[in-house]
Amino acid sequence: MSFAPLIPALLLGLGGMALLMFGVFSRRERATCCTVGALILLVLAAGFTLVAPAGKLFGGLLVTSTFTRFADVLVMLGAAAALILSVDYNRRESIARFEYPVLVLFSVLGMIVMISSADFMTLYVGFELQSLALYICAAMARDSLRSTEAGLKYFVLGALASGLLVYGISLVYGFAGTTNFASLAAILAHGAGYGTVIGIVFVLVGLAFKISAAPFHMWTPDVYEGSPSPVTAFFGTAPKVATMALLLAVMIGPFGGLLHQWQTLVEILSIISMALGALAAIGQTNLKRLLAYSSIGHMGYALMGLAAGTVAGIQATLIYMAIYVVMSFGSFACVIAMRRRGQAVETIADLAGLSAEKPGFALALAIFMWAMAGIPPLSGFFGKLYVFSAAVNAGLDTLAVVGVVTSIIGAFYYLRVIKVMYFDAGRPEFDPMAGGVRFVMAVGAIVTCLFVFIPGPLVSAADAAARALMG
Amino acid sequence: MNQAGFPILSLITFLPLVGVLYLATLRGDEAAVARNARFAALWTSLVVLALGIYLWTAFNPAVAGFQFVETVPWLTGLEVQYRMGVDGISLFLILLTLFITPIAILSAWPIKRRVREFMIAFLLLETMMVGMFAALDFVVFYIFFEAVLLPMYLIIGIWGGEKRIFAAVKFFIFTLAGSLFMLLALVWMWRNAGTTDIVTLLHTPIPPRIQMWLFIAFLASFGVKAAVWPLHTWLPDAYGEAPLPGTIMLAAVMSKMGAYGFLRFAAPMLPQASAAAAPLMFTLGVVAVIYVSYVALAQTDMKRMIAYSSVAHMGVIIIGIFTFTVEGVEGALFQMLSHGIVIAGLFICSGILLARGETMALSRLGGLAQKMPVYAAALMLFSLANMGLPGTSGFIGEILVIVGALKVNFWVSLLGAAGMVLGAAYMLVLLRAVLFDKYTRPELAGLKDLTAGEYAMLVPLAVMVLWLGIYPSSFTHIFDAPVTAMVQAHVAALAPHTAIAMVSK
Repeated sequence: MSFAPLIPALLLGLGGMALLMFGVFSRRERATCCTVGALILLVLAAGFTLVAPAGKLFGGLLVTSTFTRFADVLVMLGAAAALILSVDYNRRESIARFEYPVLVLFSVLGMIVMISSADFMTLYVGFELQSLALYICAAMARDSLRSTEAGLKYFVLGALASGLLVYGISLVYGFAGTTNFASLAAILAHGAGYGTVIGIVFVLVGLAFKISAAPFHMWTPDVYEGSPSPVTAFFGTAPKVATMALLLAVMIGPFGGLLHQWQTLVEILSIISMALGALAAIGQTNLKRLLAYSSIGHMGYALMGLAAGTVAGIQATLIYMAIYVVMSFGSFACVIAMRRRGQAVETIADLAGLSAEKPGFALALAIFMWAMAGIPPLSGFFGKLYVFSAAVNAGLDTLAVVGVVTSIIGAFYYLRVIKVMYFDAGRPEFDPMAGGVRFVMAVGAIVTCLFVFIPGPLVSAADAAARALMG
Repeated sequence: MNQAGFPILSLITFLPLVGVLYLATLRGDEAAVARNARFAALWTSLVVLALGIYLWTAFNPAVAGFQFVETVPWLTGLEVQYRMGVDGISLFLILLTLFITPIAILSAWPIKRRVREFMIAFLLLETMMVGMFAALDFVVFYIFFEAVLLPMYLIIGIWGGEKRIFAAVKFFIFTLAGSLFMLLALVWMWRNAGTTDIVTLLHTPIPPRIQMWLFIAFLASFGVKAAVWPLHTWLPDAYGEAPLPGTIMLAAVMSKMGAYGFLRFAAPMLPQASAAAAPLMFTLGVVAVIYVSYVALAQTDMKRMIAYSSVAHMGVIIIGIFTFTVEGVEGALFQMLSHGIVIAGLFICSGILLARGETMALSRLGGLAQKMPVYAAALMLFSLANMGLPGTSGFIGEILVIVGALKVNFWVSLLGAAGMVLGAAYMLVLLRAVLFDKYTRPELAGLKDLTAGEYAMLVPLAVMVLWLGIYPSSFTHIFDAPVTAMVQAHVAALAPHTAIAMVSK
């Protein structure tokens, strides 16, 4: 067995521990040093991920393939962006602690394990590792009531989700007799009994919690709003990608033969998420809550590809997630840049008049909002195009129609943000933003805008990943 | 490679983006940036116009199919290619866009606030509109079609009138809702044909039962854009509240996007449904012509009266397209060009008064012919063209549409012709209230006649109105071939259907 595919995980794990030791034994607070170190580790790990060979590890407990590579890189990208955003924000809010980057690294490690898992045991270990790290991150601002509440809420509901997941796993194990994905796929290829199907439903629900697909989304708005903004940016990107990738891997891998049993469930999740994301966001006045509901809606669109259950569908979901990650960290960079006289402000009304004062900032946020609304030529449109096309080609016309209707409703509230920035009078007088925030915002906006000219690399990478998964 | 030897269509489409980049890098104090931005935008649009004229001279009118075709692989996996090309139908719509844009930029000269942003939005708008008319792939078309919304939303919302925010949001949501249904139709046709290449789609048969649904989707999107009654309600708000250049673009070019959509997609791709829906479309067209003309007659505001007259003329275009006769379709196309130029002229005339600090209320204007003779002559010319006086561009289009309609249905033709009479009625009311009568207020006597900049806007438009009216064949001979081919294809597509119907009887 070659350890080469394991290098990224080892790097993150050992590197994370080294940073932890460094932080603990330094005399002074080393938050920035540790963040830079974590960023370097993420970049290195991403590099090794890209060159790592595909293969099986530990007797089929872990697999690496083009698919895991795609998801891993996306996760690391989201984590890196969230780390860059955190440096300045945490310092200004005086919550700059070296533990944060370390926790992010550990949760990324958990995500990588989870994405690469080829057995329910490794899946669960990875899942819990990332979850535990995330719970602490949510409560990072421990003197803030809202942050503590967010951490607690996330922990309680997350624990419930883990419970459901592990219960589902035990049912599947009990009825099918194995936890190995490949063996399960062979056993379930020709149908399954009720016990297994109930187990699959529980697994699906547990994972739906984590990607905050409705109706298992209840924690999302509160946690998004309560957590420190860079942490929210992290929640909005990396864990969603990782769990979505896991969902794809599990549903297509071991449960692939039961497509007709779970397809309706995924469709229902998708429809409810899209509808809820569109309708509930209308009344929001807080930008972070708005983004929370919008992320619920986006998960609905991404699930459309899974519901199709075809190579094109998986490819569509992967493309959607990649585009979503960029839009998402971009918009959170905008949220983080909203500070007035040293205080973070979060309501949409605070943006009034921004376009006259800071045209670049306003344009970037407008680009993200329009992209999320799916208006071409911005990248968000292509995500929707791919999932709609996959759904229609798989005969799921209803899903596509619902998606179109919710897009129209959704456009309304995204448009409101732009309206406030461009048409309303006001003086936001935001503090000058930090270089890192500006960088993330600019990169996000440029990628979102120019995707239309060079869609090729992402599309073909997602295609290769989808083929690797479908075999 | 195409006959131009270089990707001329992409160049025309994306050259304004170079202007956008240049504008974005302008530095200096506000007045200098504003001045440079105006000139940079104007020069960009003029260069693009020159390229457009070259395109016209290089165009071969004998060919019915697409010319200057460019193909570049784009969305791999979906088999969507970046494909551009023009035929006689789209050529003139591109030229119309290129011709109107510099004039609209000139009309933006009085704008003082955030000039650079305005010009950026405007050049983006030009890119999107030209790209839409030149696209030969449905997805590419859709992207340009929809992307027009972004700059237009900002143009209305930032630089518009008092109720601009309401108008901008209404405009955006109406058009977005329409186009998303087209997206569904697009995805369905894509699955059906396995490609989004427009040339292939034009020859891919679709079951008549499905065609009806697709037609409804197209009607939702193109009908909103073309402001077909009763989907026009966003239009008076948007036209009334948009700043003058925005109104010009909306009325002159963007309303043509909807009509172009009917002509390029709905009619040739869904022949049975189009034939079945023709009575409906005639009804909508006739209602637009007659009812909306009466609404126009009741307006007390000059800009809104012109806006409603625009809806009425779109009715004529819709009637022409759905006659499926060579005369009718050519008339519709001709009317599209003519209406684009005439309506731009009329809106500029209203803008000239606005620029002099005058109101648009008809009851507070009057007697301007005395002190502003040249202005009066220009307004008169565009008004006469708008009511379809022989010798002006409006006449040719309307008469062709009426002849085409006569071949299909006497009543449609009669009622459509009634529109010309009603058009004369409200335009004459407008002329009397603005130019003749007595001064309603003494300060009207102090108005100055046209400035050099205003001449620069009105003279090209007036020349085009007369050129189109006096020597129409320099335009019609170019769209003869594709229109004839389209009508023949339509008849051929319906033929087997009727044969089966006869057998079954």
